[in-house]
Amino acid sequence: MPSLKDLKIRIESVKSTRKITKAMQMVAAAKLRRAQESAEAARPYAERMEAVLGNLASGVATSPSAPRLLAGTGKGDVHLLVVATSERGLCGAFNSSIVRLARARATRLIGEGKTVKILTVGKKGREQLRRDFAQHLVGHVDFSAVKRMGYGEASGVAQDLLARFGAGEFDVCTIFYNRFQSVISQVPTERQLIPAVFEAGAGGGAAALYEYEPEEEAILADLLPRGVATQVFTALLENGASEQGARMSAMDNATRNAGDMIDRLTITYNRSRQQAITSELIEIISGAEAL
Amino acid sequence: MADTLQFELVSPERKLASVAALRVTIPGMSGDMTAMPNHAPFLTTLRPGVVRIEAAGETVEFVVTGGFAEVSRESATILAEQAVPRDAGAREMIADLIAATEKEFAAASDDLRQQIDQRLRDARHLGGILGA
Repeated sequence: MPSLKDLKIRIESVKSTRKITKAMQMVAAAKLRRAQESAEAARPYAERMEAVLGNLASGVATSPSAPRLLAGTGKGDVHLLVVATSERGLCGAFNSSIVRLARARATRLIGEGKTVKILTVGKKGREQLRRDFAQHLVGHVDFSAVKRMGYGEASGVAQDLLARFGAGEFDVCTIFYNRFQSVISQVPTERQLIPAVFEAGAGGGAAALYEYEPEEEAILADLLPRGVATQVFTALLENGASEQGARMSAMDNATRNAGDMIDRLTITYNRSRQQAITSELIEIISGAEAL
Repeated sequence: MADTLQFELVSPERKLASVAALRVTIPGMSGDMTAMPNHAPFLTTLRPGVVRIEAAGETVEFVVTGGFAEVSRESATILAEQAVPRDAGAREMIADLIAATEKEFAAASDDLRQQIDQRLRDARHLGGILGA
């Protein structure tokens, strides 16, 4: 049985933990709103880009001179997995769920005899993947100094990917991130970046109606790298919103748990206080009776 | 025939403009072009330049660094790499662009140089127009 003093100290400490988690929850809520806004603001661009690229790609895909970013290298031996996670912890299962998906994919690819390379974005994912896949990690992008995710950062990652692709370091590139669905639900998602894939039927027949300047393939060659950057950007923004959402609900849970714990501890505290009083009284009474 | 076309200017980060325009001048890769309602469907990449939007009663100008434009009979959409209103930070943006392009030019291999040189010249020219 802990002493009254111990219980009191314990209650105080849980109370201050609750204050911290409560504050973190509110900060996450504010950041979530901003992250959601920027994810929404970026959507028209990404959608347009996708539609136009889909349109162009459907016209060129079959031609032998199609750009390599679209047609691929013709092999599928080396896979690059880009795993985008957060820089900070305390956000529930956010990082683990991305890493779990990536790990399953990597294990399957290795089982099929392919070469797997992993590029991590965000240090949490790197920490988790280093245990099992240390020899597969080829690079890391650190965004811990970045306050607000901008297109510049995404474009930097995309440049890096394109340079690696150009150097023949991999054949297929897939990005892993959490798609934001709601505050309580983020869906781990994988998306193939290179060779580019587009939703089927985006445009379709309209392709032939356009006039192009410069010609179709030159435009496509110019746009595909931008398409990659846009997709990376979308993924990072979705990830940002998901991270804050996950943190918000994790901290909400933590706050509630702390509250429950305080209630329980307070009951124990009161009970032992009363017990002490009762036993003191009994001592006095029985002392008086003995006289 | 409609006498305006729905014009939209979007950058990766946000939508900058969405107006019913009478005419839009677009800095296409191989020359400026003006889109008016009922223009033939058209897709072009952009060079660094000024986008001029003439709507009923007002004219707005944006500076873009690159991207592409899609024109159809009733709409025009510019997807710009970076875009700002002409009188709000355009000079700084172009100065940055010139510096970045110069660096790229110095590091590029010969077969890419010509392309980058063209872009550099476009950027410098634009800088001259803006008085950077």
